[in-house]
Amino acid sequence: MTVQDLWLLSPEIAMTGVAIAIVFADFFISNKRTLAYLAVGLLALPLLFSLNIWFGVVGDTTATSGLFGSIVADRFALFFHFLLLGITATVIIGSVQYIERLKEFEGEFIALVLLSVTGMLLLVSARELISIYVALELTALPAAALAAFRRDNLSVEAGLKFIILSAVASAVLLYGIVFIYGYTGTTNLAAILVRLNDLPVDSSVPFGSYGVLFAVVMIVAGFAFKMAVVPWQMWVPDVYQGSPTPVAAFLSTASKASAFAVVIRIMYTSFGSVDLQQDWSALFAVLAAASMVFGNLLALSQTNLKRLLGYSTIAHAGYMLVGVAAVAANTSSGSAIAGPQGTMYYLAGYAFTNLAVFFAIIAISNRTGSNEISSLNGLGKRSPLLGVLLTVGVISLLGIPPTVGFMSKAVVFSAAVNSGLLWLAVIGVVNSVVSAFYYLRIVRAIYFEEPKDDSRITADVPVLFATSVAVVGVALFGAVPWLILRLAEKSLELLLA
Amino acid sequence: MFNGLLTVTVFLPAVAAVVIALTLKNKQAVRWSAIGVATVTLLLSIIVFVSYDRTVGGVQFVDQITGWIPVDALRAQYLLGVDGLSAPLVLLTGFLGMAAAFGSWRVEHRIKEYFFWLLMLESAVMGVFVSLDLLLFFVFFEFELIPMYMLISIWGSGRPKYSAMKFVLFTLFGGAFMLVGILALFLSQGVGTFAMVSIPEAGIVGIPDLIAGVDLIAPAALIFSFFLVAFAVKLPLWPLHNWLPDAHTDAPTAVSVMLAGVLLKMAGYGLLRINLGFFQETKGFTIHDAAGFLSVLAVISVIYGAIVTIQQTDMKRLIAYSSVSHMGFVMLGVAAVGSSADKLSQAGLNGAALQMFTHGTITGLAFLMVGLTYERTHSRHIPHLGGLARKMPLIAIFFIIAGFGSLGLPSLSGFVAEITIFLGTFPVWPWATGIAAFGVVLAAGYTLWMVQRTFFGPGPQAGGMSEESYEKLTDANWVDMIAVMALTIPIFVVGIWPSVITDTFKLGIEAAIR
Repeated sequence: MTVQDLWLLSPEIAMTGVAIAIVFADFFISNKRTLAYLAVGLLALPLLFSLNIWFGVVGDTTATSGLFGSIVADRFALFFHFLLLGITATVIIGSVQYIERLKEFEGEFIALVLLSVTGMLLLVSARELISIYVALELTALPAAALAAFRRDNLSVEAGLKFIILSAVASAVLLYGIVFIYGYTGTTNLAAILVRLNDLPVDSSVPFGSYGVLFAVVMIVAGFAFKMAVVPWQMWVPDVYQGSPTPVAAFLSTASKASAFAVVIRIMYTSFGSVDLQQDWSALFAVLAAASMVFGNLLALSQTNLKRLLGYSTIAHAGYMLVGVAAVAANTSSGSAIAGPQGTMYYLAGYAFTNLAVFFAIIAISNRTGSNEISSLNGLGKRSPLLGVLLTVGVISLLGIPPTVGFMSKAVVFSAAVNSGLLWLAVIGVVNSVVSAFYYLRIVRAIYFEEPKDDSRITADVPVLFATSVAVVGVALFGAVPWLILRLAEKSLELLLA
Repeated sequence: MFNGLLTVTVFLPAVAAVVIALTLKNKQAVRWSAIGVATVTLLLSIIVFVSYDRTVGGVQFVDQITGWIPVDALRAQYLLGVDGLSAPLVLLTGFLGMAAAFGSWRVEHRIKEYFFWLLMLESAVMGVFVSLDLLLFFVFFEFELIPMYMLISIWGSGRPKYSAMKFVLFTLFGGAFMLVGILALFLSQGVGTFAMVSIPEAGIVGIPDLIAGVDLIAPAALIFSFFLVAFAVKLPLWPLHNWLPDAHTDAPTAVSVMLAGVLLKMAGYGLLRINLGFFQETKGFTIHDAAGFLSVLAVISVIYGAIVTIQQTDMKRLIAYSSVSHMGFVMLGVAAVGSSADKLSQAGLNGAALQMFTHGTITGLAFLMVGLTYERTHSRHIPHLGGLARKMPLIAIFFIIAGFGSLGLPSLSGFVAEITIFLGTFPVWPWATGIAAFGVVLAAGYTLWMVQRTFFGPGPQAGGMSEESYEKLTDANWVDMIAVMALTIPIFVVGIWPSVITDTFKLGIEAAIR
């Protein structure tokens, strides 16, 4: 381990330090609100280290990879560092009220979130399959504990379901990794590409041989669990419904973003040659279409908000996969990065949108104690501000301009059309129309239904702040999309080179 | 280039809506400031229309910010401008916006939200007509859904939630295809821009010039039909017209006025600007290949719409269905593009453009008058009404003016538009025009029959209002009359002096057909 390695790992190390510091600070700080604010303040450390690397990155992978090439702190990883840190800060601020009501293990709640994020930071930086696997487990274990944090029947079931299915997914992933190792003799992502090119290939078979094809399908299956993509989506509605709402918000944004990041990295590094791109593009296109259709159709009949958002997140994973499927290899014109760039923009936009929606719901259910759509009845009167914030979030999920939800869909569909997937773009837009059915039911409840109880809902300041920040992001990055798109473009330069 | 006039015209209502919603508490103050904003917007739109230089033509008042989305995936810019095609429609939006604001005088329920959404709607529609960047056009085209959804659902009557949802889903469905069409155009080899027209002064080369004679990323026929579906839903063209009667019947008066007056025109504008303007020299497929099909759809819309209209017993529903028939004429005029370039009849296209303007004012007026009648009688059921002219002569007079306009009485604008369409389209599609002309006869039938049953004859019928409340009916007051006059004046002016509008439209059509 050299100084260089320490420098490259400094955000992850700092994050672990923050998590441990919070566990200890929990002993001394009796006001748990202060503890949460302290955690948010300490997030500045990993952020500063990430910024330091961002501006120190010289545009050369050898200079930025460390630990014998198993991690790399390139701009692609750092883009997700910033996104994950932003999500974490928002989630903690938004959960302040929730944490206070826990009565015990408040510090642990925050620490578990931070530890899970540590895993994610490592996951997006890892450049070697075993490190990726370890990082993935590091994110999953705290997340399972968080899902079960409420310790009632539903919550324990959610945690158990999450840990078991996550273990199965990991096993599948490991199986795929083993096959890849068997064929190439390496677990380093960049080396895999070189060895694959050396394999004696039968060009009529995707990836040159059925064994490699099988391995790639296994690896994709392993991550599809985290991305919440059909057919590995069955845990999503149950876990979202059962786990504490801040945890569901966390899982649907941070966990998803890191899984997409690692998939993009593996696909474009290890299987990045032009022939291989065409092979996996078809796989992702089919998964994307299936996720959009399945998620939207099942969301139609839901009455529980969290469950509805669970199905909606499956559909959105499908939209994001459209960007992954839109590979550069098939494009006639130059724009090689449009697909992954669109997915990165989508992930960021979706994080803002979904956090806005989830925290508005937290603020409301703190008061009403219910997560049914009917609990939103008359919200427009009971709390005009929360009503507006939630409506903007839902409009963005639905993808109506000028929100970020629309722009991100426009970008990924544009990438899809560009790489010859016109049919996928059509399925995508038609699915957006279908989603109007259930998203507008939320708007309808807010403004058109009469409430059973006319009392005003006053939200706690922190959760209102978190929601407002997210909504400002929804509006800002929808109106000025190039802020994130440019950042994503810069981040992808090296990865796609 | 940044002139600023159009930016102000588009965003003034929206910004004012936010300011009003945040600052004003008093109902009366909200009402008056919203009406004031709508009036200022009308003045601005008049300035745009009048100061549009007809001797120069082309695109004027360009507002351009190139770097709105400066990435390869979506190279969109903020580009506003008016040409001969859009300038009259901006004017129309101004008139209808003011009429709608005055026509909302009696709204009491959640008044602040109401005017907020009404002004937002005006901004969105205005934005559609002046956007010259396809993506920006689409943003405004879709954004209009949110105000409409709110306005119909909260302030509507009957089954408002059902109707609002139907409206949103139909439009989203069409819009979804349009988005794919837009992306396909943008991503075609050598395009890489969303500019809808070429503006030499600003160094902008538009899509129509870029896609002429080259291979597109998808078959031109497919892209054309994506746009056609979106606009056929909005126009609405048979068989995609289903949402319109429900939305109109259940919407509050002012929203019906906006819906019939300007929202439907977004579709006609799209047809002329995109389906006509883009697809004349495309490789493999041009609008000429579709013209015959369009003329058939147009005739079915005209006749089917008219026949269904006659059977209606609800005044509002009746006028809604008459819109299907009248907007069919717009499509007929578009079909005058003919099956090949040498058969093209410019007169038919001019007529289509003019029909949009006249239908906006005439049907807007008709909905306004139905609204005023309903506020007093609390019934729109034609068999229950009768003899209203005796108690409210002013409303009767202007209702009849709207009716005469709609059936095409000379000296009113409807006549000029329809005669232009017929004269222009007859040489191109003689049979279609001949059949569609029956639509005018039917229009005379349903209009006069409705007026006769509601405003003339004996007093209220069995099942309707009591003698007592009939006696208490009052006529329109001066506030109502401002809204009424805002729509009546254009009907007469265009009817007597059509070139005030057609001269401008002609420039736009000429540019579109190159």
